[in-house]
Amino acid sequence: MKISPKFTHNVAWGVCWAAGLLSLAFLFIIIGYVFVNGIGSITWEFLTTNPKGGLKGEGGILSALVGTLYLIGITLLIAVPLGVGAAIYMAEYARNNWFTKLVRFGVESLAGIPSIVFGLFGFALFVTALGFNFSIMSGALTLACLCLPVIIRTCEEAMKAVPRTYREASYGLGATKWQTITHVILPAAIPGIITSIILTVGRVVEETACLYVTMGGSSNMPTSIWSSARTLSLHLYYLAMETTAINKALATGVILIIIIIIINFATRWLSDRYIAMSGGGRMSNGN
Amino acid sequence: MILINQTMKRMAGVIAAAALVFVTIVTGCAPAPASEPTQSIELSGTINEAGSTSVQPLAELMATAFTQKHPKVTINISGGGSSAGVKATAAGTVILGAASRDIKISEADIIPICIARDGVAMVVNQANPLTDITIEQVAKIYAGEITNWKEVGGDDAPITVVSREEGSGTREVFEEYVTGRYNKKIKADALFFDSNGAVRTKVTAEKNSIGYVSFGYIEGLKALTVGGVAPTIENGQNGKYPIVRRLYFLSKSTPTGAVREFIEFCRSPEGQKIAQDEGYIPIVLK
Amino acid sequence: MSNTSSTDVTKPVIELRRIYDVFWRYAIYFFGAVSFVILLLIALFILREGYPAFEKIGIWQFISGQRWDVADSAFGILPMIIGSLYVTVGALVLSVPLGIFSAIFLTDVAPKKVRKIIRPAVELLVGIPSVVYGLVGMLMLVPAIQQIGQGSGDSILAASIVLAVMVLPTIVSITEDSILAVPNAYREGALALGSTRWQMIWNVVLPAARSGIIASIALGMGRAIGETMAMIMVIGNSIIIPDSIFSSARTLTGTLALELKYATGIHWNALFATGVVLFIFILILNSFGILLLRGKTK
Repeated sequence: MKISPKFTHNVAWGVCWAAGLLSLAFLFIIIGYVFVNGIGSITWEFLTTNPKGGLKGEGGILSALVGTLYLIGITLLIAVPLGVGAAIYMAEYARNNWFTKLVRFGVESLAGIPSIVFGLFGFALFVTALGFNFSIMSGALTLACLCLPVIIRTCEEAMKAVPRTYREASYGLGATKWQTITHVILPAAIPGIITSIILTVGRVVEETACLYVTMGGSSNMPTSIWSSARTLSLHLYYLAMETTAINKALATGVILIIIIIIINFATRWLSDRYIAMSGGGRMSNGN
Repeated sequence: MILINQTMKRMAGVIAAAALVFVTIVTGCAPAPASEPTQSIELSGTINEAGSTSVQPLAELMATAFTQKHPKVTINISGGGSSAGVKATAAGTVILGAASRDIKISEADIIPICIARDGVAMVVNQANPLTDITIEQVAKIYAGEITNWKEVGGDDAPITVVSREEGSGTREVFEEYVTGRYNKKIKADALFFDSNGAVRTKVTAEKNSIGYVSFGYIEGLKALTVGGVAPTIENGQNGKYPIVRRLYFLSKSTPTGAVREFIEFCRSPEGQKIAQDEGYIPIVLK
Repeated sequence: MSNTSSTDVTKPVIELRRIYDVFWRYAIYFFGAVSFVILLLIALFILREGYPAFEKIGIWQFISGQRWDVADSAFGILPMIIGSLYVTVGALVLSVPLGIFSAIFLTDVAPKKVRKIIRPAVELLVGIPSVVYGLVGMLMLVPAIQQIGQGSGDSILAASIVLAVMVLPTIVSITEDSILAVPNAYREGALALGSTRWQMIWNVVLPAARSGIIASIALGMGRAIGETMAMIMVIGNSIIIPDSIFSSARTLTGTLALELKYATGIHWNALFATGVVLFIFILILNSFGILLLRGKTK
């Protein structure tokens, strides 16, 4: 009754193939289902009219698109400077002391906190205490907190990948640390910074839970950052849960998936370039 | 010279502004003549509204109609729920709140202005043969004492109970008029969703389910007659249908200017027509 | 460091840039502190809003209470805690074996061409918005489960399957990284002793990558407990302690998203208290995962 190692090996190999292909199948099932059922509802009119309100989910997605763009803009404006600054700290200033440990702990913990807890925080602080109400501003501030770890990690890695010799050459020429950072390290890390921006855009597009409780979800065209608005993801949720327009929810899903695929390709392309530049080393994709 | 010139300009500005305010007050307060289509002063400004999600779809439609007439007025409608609407209005963060429930005594500094009424209908899947149900039966179903459709004269199938989340205005009305009347509580193993639309979607998909939704959400479902009374706008208006609530706009002080115009538009026959078309019960106008 | 060429003319310039240097040093320290400050603010805010609930209800009653009834001022979150745990465990039961075998597939089994398709595909799964998962689950899974099981189809099973797909990328990518981090010498040693490649993986590589794999499970669990919108869409949100996988249930996160917007008074406090419980849960899980990963890289 002894099973030969060769046999076990073959079975195991089969299981691995099955697992790998099943993972792939999930992707195809999800994307396939959404595309097959949703793509028919995408028309020029769908893209260029506002959701009309009411109960049948009439109208298109224009204001949700604009709301998403608003939110992307404001979130980047808040989060990128903070994130790049923190990344400069981690890559260039951090010494092995309590402060660095605190910062590291902050970034790592923040990265794991669920969206809805950020939403709870944003609701209590921005919406209620600061009186920003349900608005793009409240949503963007909440999202900025949520996206910070992604930006910090990506930029930090990019800066750490800048070869040591660059720094030494800069110091050798008499540059101060800050001059070295602004003139040598940041330019060299630009692909990484852009990657972090694209990843942030991806997060803004994906997020729903924290925005569900901070943005209000108005279907009107936003007029300022103090307007209540909805993103595409939120719009999909409202369509799916509160209207009969399931085909429009799926169509919105198609648009979302297309955006995500573009973002994925862009980051992949950039990080390939970036690896080529810094001369090897697989960029970790640990988020 | 220059100094005088500037002062003059400034004074002229002040006078113009004062005149504008005066005209606005006069036109704002005067009972709007219904047959007068030309407005002497074009309304402008931004109205921020927040509150009940039951009012939200109606408010959005009314806002769209109103801003078509007054293109310089911007109206932002957001949700948040009745309590959030009351809070935001009291704090002055929005000029207009919305609530789908009555104002509590602790909130008495807020002025509620009824803009429409809304009935809550008992709905089942269209495949369900049942047509009528009594309030007591509904209360027992939601309390978990009746669990099979055959106990109320339907098929032999288990009942899937669909309800709204804690804090919902629709649920408060349902509890007040239905379960509360028989001292019952909604059972915990019901399915819970946080919007009328979500309840409708669920009841459409699940053959043996029962839910309660605003009249406006009946489409695609089978609305049961309650004690023989059909959930129609007419029955809501004449007081025969038992589960009806009022929907309010909230204001901290007597509304003026564009806000007042907007509220009056909502209460006008034109606004009430919009409400009725969407399935709400119009307020009784004198 | 660089005063060899300094003259009276260049000196002020040097001074200015030195001042910049010092200014930015402090500014950068400030930026560095921001994430920790945000973390602290989050903790403080939800604790401040949640504390009255703990005080009035009692921490133990709050956590072990089985009834959540606002009209009755009964606030017990045990059903939600159990609901969250059930779906999380359900998701992990499905996704951990699949994830680990997929990771092995990517590192050792798949031809290069296949790998080049699957890795980006798995990464793409991370980016798909959770509402899209929820939507597909709602339209495909829930009706299917309704057909085979009893009840409405909104169930722990549906939620677990949706979650399993959502956490799969986390488990695959971290496991893959930790398998790749196992030194080649281990592999060569095992093969030299006459092992088949599977024996090498099973007996040598996986044990060496163990901490990374456990970390991937912990982090996947964190992601699963935190998921909100997709859960609301497929789980039915009943406030009961579920008795089967076909039973409806509610997660901690679901309660927050469903009820936050309408809540006032003690209900509001109780929701933030729920947030505190969730926050602590996640913090423990993630710290555990991060510690394991850090141990691996050392």
